[in-house]
Amino acid sequence: MPAREKAQLLNAAETGRTIERLAHEIIEKTGVQHGVALIGIRRRGVPLAQRLARTMRALTGAEVPIGVLDITLYRDDLSLAAGHPVVQSSEIPFSVDDRDLILVDDVLFTGRTARAAMNGLFDLGRPRRIQLCALVDRGHRELPIEANYVGRRIETRADELIDVRLAELDGEDRVVLVSAAAPPAARTGES
Amino acid sequence: MSFTFRHLLGTETLSRDEILFLLDQSRAFQEIQRHPLKKLATLRGKSVVLAFFETSTRTRISFGAAAARLGADTMNLQAESSSLSKGESLVDTARTLEAMKPDVIVVRHAASGAPHFLAERLGIPVINAGDGLHEHPSQGLLDALTIRDRLGRLEDLNVTIVGDIRHSRVARSNIHLLAKFGCRITLCGPAMWLPAEMTQLAPNVRLEPALERALPGAHVVMVLRVQTERLLEPALPAEEYIRQYQLTPERLAMARPHAALMHPGPMIRGLEIDPVVADSPQSCVLEQVTNGVAVRMAILYLLTSGAPGGADAARATGPAAG
Repeated sequence: MPAREKAQLLNAAETGRTIERLAHEIIEKTGVQHGVALIGIRRRGVPLAQRLARTMRALTGAEVPIGVLDITLYRDDLSLAAGHPVVQSSEIPFSVDDRDLILVDDVLFTGRTARAAMNGLFDLGRPRRIQLCALVDRGHRELPIEANYVGRRIETRADELIDVRLAELDGEDRVVLVSAAAPPAARTGES
Repeated sequence: MSFTFRHLLGTETLSRDEILFLLDQSRAFQEIQRHPLKKLATLRGKSVVLAFFETSTRTRISFGAAAARLGADTMNLQAESSSLSKGESLVDTARTLEAMKPDVIVVRHAASGAPHFLAERLGIPVINAGDGLHEHPSQGLLDALTIRDRLGRLEDLNVTIVGDIRHSRVARSNIHLLAKFGCRITLCGPAMWLPAEMTQLAPNVRLEPALERALPGAHVVMVLRVQTERLLEPALPAEEYIRQYQLTPERLAMARPHAALMHPGPMIRGLEIDPVVADSPQSCVLEQVTNGVAVRMAILYLLTSGAPGGADAARATGPAAG
């Protein structure tokens, strides 16, 4: 059964404005000093981190380093996953030691991705601080994790999905609420 | 593309896409070798049996390191310390190990086909770590990864393999693998080690007993270990082997300018290879060792992670779970 779109939550302009507002908030609360760096969680956290860095540079003139993190090897559900989840490389071309890092993801849901991402970062060193930025927080946390920067909070049912579509990967900017394509056990709603 | 089979028994039965998938997966594990903290918890709670019915140091340590870095536990079985010497059959030994509920078994055995025999009888994935004169697939894969990293591609290369071809499972795994990428393979060594049937393994395999004629045009030169016990005087004294086949700087210069020099180890400097060549910038020997751990991590990961269900189900689950 294909996923059925229920509602558009953000259109292209709203998606762009939300990302810009997040960049402003990051500058306001954290600044670009202390060597702050953005870590995009594959996949959609990566273009989001790139856009945030671009806006932050435009606003402050400072270059914000970006890293890419693949969390597959840190997932806590590998033995439940069907087939072999494909591992991709992480690319973090700077030392994380003593740095302020901001994890960037499209949707914050159970919190398990953020947990896995933090474990991945600890293997690389000892960051000074790790913060979390999500374009959408859809609730239903299963771990004591909250985001420092949230683009939009949306109440959802557990069996619904948030589909974040970004021009770099999907050819358009849009956030939509869709009905689950598969039972909630098989789909998680974070992509 | 995904990895759809349960065992790793040889490179002969792997498709080109499966090989590329495995090499791409290895890339993520290469990166982990550069982490300050190299230990993952990905396979925590899983156990790997290393059943080496034939002595091995490097391959066993490499698989052991790969398992440890993924967080898996290992159980070691070595021929000399096992019941094999008491006459227990291979399948009984393996069944005993299986009863300890491991998640995967890595086998090296002097008999060609032993891992296949176990794969048919045990309910767990079997990885061939070298069987008789047949295959050593993880070595073929780590060599392919090293070549691709060094030369930027695997396709359409001239590869020269020098040494004891007859007794080399490393050569066989490399021939099967590289031929799938359109490589032209020249096998070189004394006639007694150059059986004609090697040309039947794959297309574009030729035999060339003279090293000076085997090297020109080579993108890759693989030197095999010479087991001194096989250098039988007076058939071929060591001095004669050195004179005709030792890879010297002058001979390496006959290959392409940046030809990749490989050796599966252990190297005997001064016999099959000149120490200057072994330490030259063209030498990939240490990269091969590092890549060996990465490739074996990828193999262990692919054979032990995930519930049965196949690639389509994996895609439906999506890349991240919460």
